[in-house]
Amino acid sequence: MMIKVRNLKKQFGNVLVLNDINLDIEKGEVVAIIGPSGSGKSTLLRCLNLLEEPNGGTIEINDVKLDTLNYKSRDAYQLRQQTAMVFQHYNLFKNKTALQNVIEALIVSKKMKKENAIQIGEELLKRVGLEKQAKQYPITLSGGQQQRVSIARALAVKPHAILFDEPTSALDPELVNEVLQVIRQLADQDTTMVIVTHEMQFAKEVADKVIFMADGKIIEQGTPEQVIDHSENPRTQRFLRQLVDELDVVER
Amino acid sequence: MNFDLSYMLEVLPGIIKYLPITLLLAVVSMFFAIVIGLVIALIRNSHIFGLSHLASLYISLFRGMPTLVQLFIIYYGLPQIFPSLTTMGAMTAAIIGFSLKESSYLAEIFRAGLNSVEKGQMEAGLAVGMKKSQIYFRIILPQAALNALPATGNTFISLTKETSLAFTLGITELFAEGKMIASASMRFFETYLAVGLVYWLLIILYSWGQKYLEIWLSKPLRR
Repeated sequence: MMIKVRNLKKQFGNVLVLNDINLDIEKGEVVAIIGPSGSGKSTLLRCLNLLEEPNGGTIEINDVKLDTLNYKSRDAYQLRQQTAMVFQHYNLFKNKTALQNVIEALIVSKKMKKENAIQIGEELLKRVGLEKQAKQYPITLSGGQQQRVSIARALAVKPHAILFDEPTSALDPELVNEVLQVIRQLADQDTTMVIVTHEMQFAKEVADKVIFMADGKIIEQGTPEQVIDHSENPRTQRFLRQLVDELDVVER
Repeated sequence: MNFDLSYMLEVLPGIIKYLPITLLLAVVSMFFAIVIGLVIALIRNSHIFGLSHLASLYISLFRGMPTLVQLFIIYYGLPQIFPSLTTMGAMTAAIIGFSLKESSYLAEIFRAGLNSVEKGQMEAGLAVGMKKSQIYFRIILPQAALNALPATGNTFISLTKETSLAFTLGITELFAEGKMIASASMRFFETYLAVGLVYWLLIILYSWGQKYLEIWLSKPLRR
């Protein structure tokens, strides 16, 4: 098991945003988390690398186990080493070029020699189709390009799993596909990924497992067919119907 | 009109001779003020209970008293309480006074600069396994520096002019020399105008340097 979450709880003030979450993700599995906004999907993802501090439960990623009520900053550091994250708003280091963004962690936390890091960085940028933009600063890149750099940055640290927090939500529609294409390739290479997304079609296509969340709880999980196409659960059905309705409105 | 231009030009070289003392006071004090200010800003941002309150007290204390009063407390007052400080030179006392004073202003400027950097920059660093200190020094501080530069420059400009207060501790710098020349010759207007012009020129040169520093620092943020 790559990721194992037990009884995870998170509160913002009095509001319970994660209510007793249990989650198992196998090595190489691609998991899509869907659900209405405010359902706690992003919070769940951000708890996995402790960008949010949970209020209870345990998290285990690749043999690093952490009790969320009793851990030291060293343990948090250990747990974060296991994953990498791709953010909705890319969060590229603004004072670093595309290449520097990719190799920053290699040099600073993996203590890699600069020549070796640059070589790895250039290969990764090539993989996401941005070798020509290596020396450009983030502000000069399009949203799609920035997100692809951020995927390369995540890959650089060789994480055991990559966490995607709505990777295409901030993108102009015509730029969504170039990013999804990169994620598709990663899925084909059996990268363990957890993807919070609103792209149902994409979730259906790449995910091995789909999790539907609402009101801080996992309502339903299963294969894309089970959850997206043939859900028996009224809450899931209502959510999916709303999405279809919205699309209709846009198309009209 | 009783204005002697040639006298003013005549005394200029004698006044400029003391420019290095003024510069020394300003630059050394600014250096310590930046170091202390940064530490105080980081502590205030740390939310460590107790410590961040102490930092607030520090800022309130040194911002709340006139510079002149602080200089007198340090130079004339402290040796009375701690006799070992009687050997402290006027220059040392002035630098300590200016550093403490300006660091309290800079701490607030730096805090605003640090807070102006998006939270996502820290999160991105943590998410790829960097340590907080590494993220601060390599990612956040360089971006905060750019945001804090104009206000920091203002502080340096005020400090440069405030160093003229050092004459009250018996230090001969630009202003003190002007004062001596003026009282000897009784040509107050020409002499003090010459002193003022030297300060002005200094500030113009500094502002020009800051402009280029700003252009250099903002290179990554221009399309």
